Amino acid sequence: MTDFLGLYNYWIVIFLMMTGFYIVIARENLIKTIIGLNIFQTSVFLLYITMGKVTGGTAPILKGSHSGESHGAESHGAESHGAEHGQELHAAAEGHLDSGVEAVTEIYSNPIPSVLMLTAIVVGIATTALALALVVRIREEYGTIEEDEILEMDRNS
Amino acid sequence: MTPENLIWIAMLLPLVAIALVFIIGEKSPNIRESCTIGIAVTLFWVTTRLAGFVFSGGRPSFKMGEMLPGFEIAFTVEPLGMLFALVASGLWILTTVYAIGYMRGHHEKNQTRFYACFASAIFAALAAAFAANLFTLFVAYELMTISTYPLVTHHGDEKAKKGGRIYLGILLSTSVAFFMLAIAWTWTVAGTLDFTPGGILAQPNIDGKISDFQLSVLLGLFAFGIGKAAIMPFHRWLPAAMVAPTPVSALLHAVAVVKVGVFSILKVSIYIFGIDLISETRLGEGANPIMMSDWLCYLAGATILLASLVAMTKDNLKARLAYSTISQLAYITLGAALATSDSVIGGGMHIAMHAVGKITLFFCAGAIYVGAHKTNISDMRGLGRAMPLTMGAFLLATLSIIGLPPGGGAWSKWFLALGTVQTGHFWLLAALMISSLLNIAYLIPIPIRAFMTPAGEAPMKFKEAPMMCVVPLCITAVGSVALFFFGNEIYDVLLPIATSAR
Amino acid sequence: MIEQLPVLVIVIPLMAAPLFVLIGNRKLVLLLTQLVCWTVFGITVSLLSRMQYGPISYELGGWPSPYGIVYNVDYLSAFVMLFVSGLGAIVITYAPKSVEREVHHSKHSLFYASYLLCMTGLLGMCITGDLFNVFVFLEISSLSSYALISLGKTRRAPLAALHYLIIGTVGATFFLIGIGLLYQMTGTLNMADIASRLQAVESSRTMLVAFAFMTVGLFIKMAVFPLHTWLPNAYTYAPSVVTCFIAATATKVSVYAFIRLIYVIFTPQFAFERLPLDSALMAFSLVGIFVASAAAIYQTNIKRLLAYSSVAQIGYMLLGISMSNVGGLTAGITHMFNHALIKGGLFMVVGCFALRIGSLKLEDLRGAGKTMPLTSFAWVVGGLGLIGVPMTAGFVSKWLLLTSALSLELWPVAVLMLLSSLLAVVYIWRVVEILYFSPASHLAKTAKEAPMAMLIPTYIVIGSTIVFGCWTVYSAGIAHAAAESLLGISQMGGVQ
Repeated sequence: MTDFLGLYNYWIVIFLMMTGFYIVIARENLIKTIIGLNIFQTSVFLLYITMGKVTGGTAPILKGSHSGESHGAESHGAESHGAEHGQELHAAAEGHLDSGVEAVTEIYSNPIPSVLMLTAIVVGIATTALALALVVRIREEYGTIEEDEILEMDRNS
Repeated sequence: MTPENLIWIAMLLPLVAIALVFIIGEKSPNIRESCTIGIAVTLFWVTTRLAGFVFSGGRPSFKMGEMLPGFEIAFTVEPLGMLFALVASGLWILTTVYAIGYMRGHHEKNQTRFYACFASAIFAALAAAFAANLFTLFVAYELMTISTYPLVTHHGDEKAKKGGRIYLGILLSTSVAFFMLAIAWTWTVAGTLDFTPGGILAQPNIDGKISDFQLSVLLGLFAFGIGKAAIMPFHRWLPAAMVAPTPVSALLHAVAVVKVGVFSILKVSIYIFGIDLISETRLGEGANPIMMSDWLCYLAGATILLASLVAMTKDNLKARLAYSTISQLAYITLGAALATSDSVIGGGMHIAMHAVGKITLFFCAGAIYVGAHKTNISDMRGLGRAMPLTMGAFLLATLSIIGLPPGGGAWSKWFLALGTVQTGHFWLLAALMISSLLNIAYLIPIPIRAFMTPAGEAPMKFKEAPMMCVVPLCITAVGSVALFFFGNEIYDVLLPIATSAR
Repeated sequence: MIEQLPVLVIVIPLMAAPLFVLIGNRKLVLLLTQLVCWTVFGITVSLLSRMQYGPISYELGGWPSPYGIVYNVDYLSAFVMLFVSGLGAIVITYAPKSVEREVHHSKHSLFYASYLLCMTGLLGMCITGDLFNVFVFLEISSLSSYALISLGKTRRAPLAALHYLIIGTVGATFFLIGIGLLYQMTGTLNMADIASRLQAVESSRTMLVAFAFMTVGLFIKMAVFPLHTWLPNAYTYAPSVVTCFIAATATKVSVYAFIRLIYVIFTPQFAFERLPLDSALMAFSLVGIFVASAAAIYQTNIKRLLAYSSVAQIGYMLLGISMSNVGGLTAGITHMFNHALIKGGLFMVVGCFALRIGSLKLEDLRGAGKTMPLTSFAWVVGGLGLIGVPMTAGFVSKWLLLTSALSLELWPVAVLMLLSSLLAVVYIWRVVEILYFSPASHLAKTAKEAPMAMLIPTYIVIGSTIVFGCWTVYSAGIAHAAAESLLGISQMGGVQ
């Protein structure tokens, strides 16, 4: 039971994913299809963000002063091999960011999934924009955005 | 010139011809055709030079390089291929002369394309004849199918389209579905595709990799895959190809294309399986195990008889000749399947004998068409008075096809008959005899009727086809008789292919 | 400069595209696009020629792998990039007249910008060693190709593009989910790094799910039967130039990504032994080949006919990949290249017909063999390549596939493969007969031969199918090297 509840955000992800997918498949209205596609994509954003979250972790912002010694992360990086789950990923993140800083006891969430999702959101917006533009053109040509009606018109022409 | 160089020169010449034909084009047909003839003559000269080397025991070879990793295009000349190349290149000259008469007498269109495709077919025939391995042979074989398609559909009408469809359909699908599979199978088993005296599948390292039954299946894949050999039931393309202009039917469907087919079968039987392997591998148990190629022998025998019977029912002269060709090709396949040294030599000889005989008959059919505009045999009564030379030539060639002395075909049929006796296939011997009778029944009446019966309506005047048509057919008719007197030489020349197997 | 080549391949077209939108002058944009494409082609040639000294690894921004993004150039990626950029360059050389006729003038500079972006995306998918980067480049190429397809002349084009967009986005999102799960298990996005860490977690169910998501996602992009439904409409209604480029390259790059997925990230042992993916792939490929080829036979539009043929041809590539030996993999990779040339060339021929005849219905093409002899002859030669007649590129890949199928004793596969190529004879020859043996339609009767500016590039591509049919050092030879290094890598991964 705790497993079930403890993973509740995954359940939300799956629910959203299936909802979006269902809308994409089942709806004839092109706008609704695009909205379904959006929900589908959003669920994936949530999936990524979920996996980056470390219980009790804070945003990975370096506090205190430290020298500009940047990415000499090899030695620390090696330790992080075998990371198996989100909880342990902070080790890797830590290894990247503050080698040369004294051992930090604070726990960070893994920022990388969130960063990845920034890119994915941009992609999603571009997709939606393009799709909507296409719908506008379809509407100009056919006067409708119901797919079955459009196909009917194509068949008759 | 070394024989090695002669090989590539020989194959380059038709390509030069293609280039010249296209460059000159319709601008001046005379120069275009004289170029073709010039090159044909040169080619024949080159092949005779090469034949001198090969028949005295040389085996010149020439490598083009690998087309695919592990599969190279290479050429080695051995007597069988040399004989085929000689026949093809020699008849190319005559056919070109004949084609000039025919195509002009008939005002055909697209003559440039015609001569170019013709030359490329000759190129393919030479490449097949000289092929040093099965891969090269296959490439040449397919090249020939493609390059002759425009010739078959030359007229470009609905009938040509249908004929072309059957032609390409059968030849491509058999070669892709069976021939290619057989080659790849051979390669997986033997690890090589080089034609080897004695047969690559008979080599000791093959033992156990392929069962006797599988060998028989492999032989079947080859026999049906080489659709150009026109074994029933894959013979329909040949009658269909008769929509082509007659010079095409003559050179390609009596000599180059069909002979590539039976030549490939002979090559497979001699150099891939090895005739000893075929004749010694027995299927089944008990007192009388059958030869692994028995089914092919009987199939060839059936083709011989059935095609002859069908030929009797045809009134269109070219169609009758086409079925006659199917029947005669099966003789050669039979020779390969019997796999005795006499039978393969007989098969090899028949390539030459039948080529010269059948091309004469086709030339005659074309000459009759050009001179008297007749295609049906029933209309040819009394034609002998109008076209005595043509009909005389027809009679001579008929003798050779039937296998009566002094026609060259007598020898090849004799050796084939020997082969059936040696292997104890007496039913097949009977089939050969009956077939000869059938040949008489469907060929002899044509010249007889032309000479003996009076013409139906107004008496015909002497009116031969153009000289360009008549001269070549007289030469080939004489040739078909002359070959009778060279039977011994051809036998000697071909002997190495059968003995080197041992 | 030389060391920067791997990144220049991406950066040059990526930077040029927005620049073109700003320039806006279509003559200038066209000229610059051609310049950029040929430059990129030159770079890929020099990258490939460097391969004999071993693979190149380029760390973007100096961030060391596995933390930063790495660009890897090895035989396979250099080879795929070579033909993607090569076809991109030759198609854009061929393009002007066709684009002039089929795309509205106001959109030309946008068209060329999208074209470059599409090429960038495809090249990026090949070169990058970072899994998330693959997704990003996949989306770049996909988004720009949706846009390009929607520029087609008929009103059906936007709908075809939208359908492709929806299915394509679902596919890409599946791929993204897979990447996420992989990241969750390994904590890295670098392909080589993932591969080295997979051993520890290989047996977990999450890996299976990740693999499944990524495979299905790529299958959609590859248009593997039965996930191909977007392809015929997209190819048919897109402008001719776009079809030439996308048909020749886009699906192949997805196949490339799939090869990477199986042979570099996961191992063939994982994909083919733990999972029965090889037999599933074989079954899908063969069914796809037959169904799509049969569908091609019944098409009345020449572009749609070729589109179905493309679906079938993908099957041959997958068939080779599923054999998971050097021979099969070589055949698959060679066929990617050969088919890119053949299909690119055939679609270029179709573009010539579209320009002069204005219709792509088979009935309108009747008799075009007389009025457009050179174009029609190019169709015949390209068609022979598609059938796989000896001396054409198609034969090379077919032969390689056949021999490796037989060496694995996959008899049914070999036989079915050969039989299926007979279906290609039917659909290609149907068009040949229509071109040459039918009474001319009124459109074909008045048609002129295509302009030299289009015929010459067409003949270069069609001619190269003959060249690579007779001389395979740089097609099958490189594919062989690529296959060996792929299998070598995966074996090393197994040892570690």
